[in-house]
Amino acid sequence: MRVELVEIKKHFGPVRANDGVSVTLEPGTIHGLLGENGAGKTTLMKCLSGYQAPDGGTIKVDGQPVSFASPDEAIRRGIGMLHQDPLDFPQMRVLDNFLLAFDRRMVPDRRRGRAMLRELGARFHFDLDPEAEVTGLTIGERQQLEILRLLALGAQFIILDEPTTGISAPQKAKLFATLRHLADDEGRSVVFVSHKLEEVEELCHRVTVLRRGKVTGEAEMPCPVGRLVEMMFGRSLPPVECPLVEPGPVVLQVEGAAISSYRLAVQDVNLEVRAGEVIGLAGLEGSGQRLFLRACGGLERLAAGRVLLDGRDLTGAPYRRFLDAGGAYAPAGRLEEGLVGGLTLTEHVALAERNGPSLIDWADARRRAVERIRHFNIVGQPESPVEALSGGNQQRVVLALLPPGLRLLLMEHPTRGLDVESANWIWQQLLARREDGTAIIFISADLDELLERSDRIAVFYGGQMSAPVRACDTTVEQLGYLIAGKSAGRGA
Amino acid sequence: MKGILRLKNVLLGLAPVVLALLFTTLILVAVGAPPVEAYRNILSGAFESWQKIADVVAACVLLILCGVGMSITFTAGQWNVGVEGQIVLGAIFATWVARNLLWPQVPVLTLMLLAGMLGGALWGALAGLLKVYGKVHEIFGGLGLNYVAQGLAIWLIFNPWKPADGATMSGTDPFPDPAWMPRLGDLRVAPLAVILALLSAAVVYFLLRGTRWGLELKAMGKNFRSAFLLGVPSTPRLLTAFAACGALAGLAGAIRCSARYGRMLPDISGGQGYLSLLVALLAGYRPQWVPLIALFFAAVGVGSPRLELNMQLDSSLGGVLRASVVLAVMLVGGWRALMARRQETT
Repeated sequence: MRVELVEIKKHFGPVRANDGVSVTLEPGTIHGLLGENGAGKTTLMKCLSGYQAPDGGTIKVDGQPVSFASPDEAIRRGIGMLHQDPLDFPQMRVLDNFLLAFDRRMVPDRRRGRAMLRELGARFHFDLDPEAEVTGLTIGERQQLEILRLLALGAQFIILDEPTTGISAPQKAKLFATLRHLADDEGRSVVFVSHKLEEVEELCHRVTVLRRGKVTGEAEMPCPVGRLVEMMFGRSLPPVECPLVEPGPVVLQVEGAAISSYRLAVQDVNLEVRAGEVIGLAGLEGSGQRLFLRACGGLERLAAGRVLLDGRDLTGAPYRRFLDAGGAYAPAGRLEEGLVGGLTLTEHVALAERNGPSLIDWADARRRAVERIRHFNIVGQPESPVEALSGGNQQRVVLALLPPGLRLLLMEHPTRGLDVESANWIWQQLLARREDGTAIIFISADLDELLERSDRIAVFYGGQMSAPVRACDTTVEQLGYLIAGKSAGRGA
Repeated sequence: MKGILRLKNVLLGLAPVVLALLFTTLILVAVGAPPVEAYRNILSGAFESWQKIADVVAACVLLILCGVGMSITFTAGQWNVGVEGQIVLGAIFATWVARNLLWPQVPVLTLMLLAGMLGGALWGALAGLLKVYGKVHEIFGGLGLNYVAQGLAIWLIFNPWKPADGATMSGTDPFPDPAWMPRLGDLRVAPLAVILALLSAAVVYFLLRGTRWGLELKAMGKNFRSAFLLGVPSTPRLLTAFAACGALAGLAGAIRCSARYGRMLPDISGGQGYLSLLVALLAGYRPQWVPLIALFFAAVGVGSPRLELNMQLDSSLGGVLRASVVLAVMLVGGWRALMARRQETT
């Protein structure tokens, strides 16, 4: 089955997730779809599998134009997708999940279903107990169930979205063997969506690289890693000059920090940050950098290790102690976590003054709001509800609410979604704070921003933090390698 | 242009009332009763005499106190359905004072009211504690605590507080005279209770609007995560919100046994706590609107038994009218929000 995607376009508001993407997917191959977070891989595959409709472009199956109104219509044409988070019903048993997919009669034939599940499982060496509840399965086993379900539905064309996140090494080996068998021996097509270079190298026959909604290159495998990195991250600015920073006293010390979550365990992170220093945290989403940043602010519990702010041990202390010690945390979701939709700017100004009087002087709060609006160039009125502001102005409000004289500022994606001018302005404000001795740690997915704004950069990959490198000694390529899980400089 | 916009808003504000009347009228027509006469009966049942008007005002007191209290918890984003239990606990605490402290009227009444507030506040805080530390959703915690309070009241009435001639569902022995809240002449309304209820609306309006505490509750109610990251101490705020609402409900319970019955009953709240939830919803959690809406609810409640007397209709029709107003308000509100969102995306 040959699938052609021609000039696919998909927009979400102002974001062009797919901006005219054309790819041809041949039968009998494992086709890698490579790119950073937000490059548009998942969007493209959701368009192909009927999950969402493209805004423009054509999908052709064996030369015939098709359009799918739902995943159900796509699977009838043999196209099935395995989503990043398995789309199953955890409270139900394996067999019921399996039957739900294709036996649409009033009374499903359990015996036939069980036999099919056994037979398919044996063919791929998947050991799934039909009577087990899905809640008790690992992510890898849930994936296996999904694959069997798609095959039972007659999928000739199977899309896997980041299937190796959160599964064990033996499960991964088994998955790869299965995919090879499906493509090489059974002649089916497999699309492997990933941001992990090593896996794409190991598995795929052919690779298409996406960047910011566009195809930046295609290659037959094997292909030099350097070329793939370049296609993924692009070339950019010449290296930045090393600034002459007077390192102040140590502000933040993290010793042997370990944090665990459902999907990921962050292990043994050590970091020392001095006053006036800017540390950038790089890594693909879900690599552990956010868990670590939150743990620095007392928002995530440490499984081991210590966090000290200005020499005071804040390990296990609540977020309030971190604020009292001169810390601040600015999350990425401005309206989700940073600001309160429905409150006005004046109300925010009053609210952010943590130790303000218990009776609010609204006239005074309004005066201060007017003053901050002027100082931070916010397009809005003191009476404007924050959700009425643009993203850039909301981020300005987030900055305007930070108290003066901070010791440590933790930020997630300080300029995500902002235009260049707003981003520059935001960084001027942030860098002005380092003059007062504020240490800044920020997460970003933008390599140029990381290189340009940080003094040192630490890269997270699969829960491990690399030793921090000086930004001025590092190139986009080297960062790209680290982010995709290769040690810097090798194989270029 | 501004005038037209204003007019549109007024019309949209009236739409739910029209919708609810339409719905109730349909029901009346369906059972073959003349609608206009039914509405006239409700009105005259509620306002034809000073005694009736006094009954309506008296019935407002609990609705106002609890409705105002729930404006606090709703502002903080919490569904405090535990008001029923908080009313009962207030009544129990007040009854203990009335039975045990044989003092003159002023100190006894003062202590009864304060004890009622304490009882309600503790019961409210308990729902908050269950939510914060036990991860029990406040709706389930509140409902559970309502049953516990009910059981406690029944146990007290049938055991330690048993009347001399045997326990019945009609409650304890009447309180000693000083524990009765003074009424206005022959009318069944206690002026002090009405004053306290109106005062509570004013105080809570000021607390929510003018204090840091009120602002923090509002922020929590609109976005819990953001409020937390901005440094709002969520646990103490949540507990004080529940306790404050509980205190007002407890006060209502104390007033109910002191001013209305002069004794403790197993069914002291009479389900009015749930009704006040509707009052708070209809007021959109703004305490300044609670008294007016409570008046409407109380009038329909006092007036609808007349349907049974004069027209052989079931008096529960009043309940249908009240509930359909609430549903219509929410329906129109939801519809307006949907329209606003559509306009935004196009």
